[in-house]
Amino acid sequence: MSTNSDLHTIVALVEDRPGVLTRIASMFRRRGFNIASLAVGKSEQAGLSRMTFVVEGDEYTVNQVTKQLDKLIDVIRVTDITTQEIVARELALIKVHANTANRGEVIQIVQLFRANIVDVGAQSVVIEITGEEDKINALHDLLEPFGIIEMLRTGLVAMVRGQSDGRTSDSVGLEAYGQSSNGHGGHSSVTEASPNAAKQD
Amino acid sequence: MELTGAEIVCESLLKEGVDVMFGLPGGAVLPLYGALAKYPAIRHVLVRHEQAAVMAADGYARTSGKVGVCSATSGPGATNLVTGIASAMMDSIPIVAITGQVPRAAIGRDAFQETDVTGITLPITKHNYLVMNVEDIAPAIKEAFHIARTGRPGPVLVDIPKDVLLDERTEFVWPDKVHLPGYNPPGEAPQEQIDRAAELINQAERPVILAGHGVLISRAYDELRLLAEKAQIPVITTLLGISSLPTDHYLNIGMPGMHGHAYASWTIDKADLLISLGMRFDDRVTGRVKDFAPNAKVVHVDIDASELNKNVKADAPVLGDLKVVLNQLLPKVETNVHLEWIKHVDTLRAEHPLNELPDSQELPPQYVLTQLARATRGESIVVTGVGQHQMWAAQYCNFQEPNTLITSGGLGSMGFEVPAALGAKMGRPDKTVWSVAGDGGFQMTLCDLATAVENNIDVKFAILNNGVLGMVHQWQELFYEKDYFSTVYSGNPDFVKLAEAYGIAGIRVNKREEVEGAIQQALETPGPVIVDFVVKPDENVYPMIPAGESVNEMLEQPPVETSGEKAV
Repeated sequence: MSTNSDLHTIVALVEDRPGVLTRIASMFRRRGFNIASLAVGKSEQAGLSRMTFVVEGDEYTVNQVTKQLDKLIDVIRVTDITTQEIVARELALIKVHANTANRGEVIQIVQLFRANIVDVGAQSVVIEITGEEDKINALHDLLEPFGIIEMLRTGLVAMVRGQSDGRTSDSVGLEAYGQSSNGHGGHSSVTEASPNAAKQD
Repeated sequence: MELTGAEIVCESLLKEGVDVMFGLPGGAVLPLYGALAKYPAIRHVLVRHEQAAVMAADGYARTSGKVGVCSATSGPGATNLVTGIASAMMDSIPIVAITGQVPRAAIGRDAFQETDVTGITLPITKHNYLVMNVEDIAPAIKEAFHIARTGRPGPVLVDIPKDVLLDERTEFVWPDKVHLPGYNPPGEAPQEQIDRAAELINQAERPVILAGHGVLISRAYDELRLLAEKAQIPVITTLLGISSLPTDHYLNIGMPGMHGHAYASWTIDKADLLISLGMRFDDRVTGRVKDFAPNAKVVHVDIDASELNKNVKADAPVLGDLKVVLNQLLPKVETNVHLEWIKHVDTLRAEHPLNELPDSQELPPQYVLTQLARATRGESIVVTGVGQHQMWAAQYCNFQEPNTLITSGGLGSMGFEVPAALGAKMGRPDKTVWSVAGDGGFQMTLCDLATAVENNIDVKFAILNNGVLGMVHQWQELFYEKDYFSTVYSGNPDFVKLAEAYGIAGIRVNKREEVEGAIQQALETPGPVIVDFVVKPDENVYPMIPAGESVNEMLEQPPVETSGEKAV
């Protein structure tokens, strides 16, 4: 089993009902998988939520994560989109020390990053930034010398870009939602025993 | 007509064809029992402890091929189900457990006998439900049965608050289908996976089939035999795969792993291809993974995608229902004789036989099992718990028909053997059922002898009574410097008198000469019988591959004592 420990971005379409998050979190805990970030919200379909996981682990681990996720009854579709063309964004709120003496400097940095100041107090400002993880990390590093009072990050949300093969969403083929969609065969790239499986020799 | 929630549960059970369930009532589930009284088509077997309810449902499911059903009340009733649910999860047994919960308004307030049973059973059920509205009961139960029995089977728990069972009424509407978009168990395997597997099988010179529980669950025993015979491939059955091919079939070469047949483990070691069918490469099978089957490629067929490449990397993973997959595969597999290889396996069999029984005054426990197998011609159902008696049963008994060894394989739960045997007998009333127990496991669940008596469930209980927790004792002897701390039972009851107390026959056996007669007497006595076999206390199970080691470290014989370290 390979050893490169990496971050993988996984999106999952799940039933929007009580306990789903618990089931998923419980599975991660019990099998010792590490979640670097997790973001959940409504999807375009009523009754379904979409989750974005950033998971830490080697290829073996991530393979297991996707399969174990897929095994949960409330999880409809799981896709590891790490190697695909994706749009990935995170939002952060950063409260930083800023007074009349250095506020200008802070504003300048914020403008450079195309971030926004959403609150100004006597001794602090709150900055809102959206972007890929690296951009947020970079802003964080530049603000650190001013003294960061509080930071909150939403975790990554990610989406596959429009594909040349016409495939546009992980929910394609789910028109049957609302009726029972039966039949065999997997319902995601995960269930097909994976093409990267047979690489032992 | 509008029905109460409890009546809807009963109607739903009838729709699912349930004719027997095991349980024990209490406050929160009492409305269900009130309704059950009006549904005589559902036989309710009252147990003495909820663990027996779920384990009896397990035994019933395995022998009947139906979903086993059990019920318990909230709080302690529900928590007493936990061990049996975990065992069913590990062994992929279809069970629906229905539990009462405190009324909705009391949930979350630490009410009397409240526990979060859906939370507790989250990781040990295939799925579970907390049903908060009366209209949701019928769909939840239909889904529960569907999920329990399809794909890789498993236990499903349905928790229903008391007031949902009692206070609300609605029309009973049985849904015509389930709505589970996230659940699509595989059937046929993709063609390219079949082709790749067939290619490896046809190329192999030293193939071996590892037949697991999936063969029995998928009812693929005929296909297994056809595959083995067509290409002359030796078959090794895992503990839970035992009885998927008759023990005396010429291609059956036993059980692998920690306490398997030595020749089976050596066969795996020499093989160039493992054809793994519905098994999950448990650590008791593989030992140290990197030294397991070092020369073999792996074809791995499973219905659960997460099992593929989980413990052992597969060269040809195949995702599908085993029976369907084998039917896809059979025409692609070429007829073969594997003459050299079969000859080699025969040599391994001759060179590494099961050990001869000790020539002792005291009764060797293995002897009891050889006699049991002989007396019943491999035609009875043997139910075991976990430990030495379980391994000896697997090594020495023979099994002619599918699903005739019922054992807590994955969880390895002591006490399984008594209640599971009750369920097994109810699932196959035409079969003789032997509950083979150690004195330790037997005492964990013997309270349900009363259930056997009350319902006249004709199970023969064979206790291999060595007065110790045998397998633990064995590990202490081998790995903990013979410090037999807390493994000696000095206060065991007189099991013959215990039988008498329950009003059933009890037989004590001390000598070899008495074994055959006692077994005959038990078989001829109608109703439950306890046979207390007082066996040699320090007998150990061999061969043994110590945990985390490989076939190269296998102890085929007891290790030779080094100077000054004689056991007392």
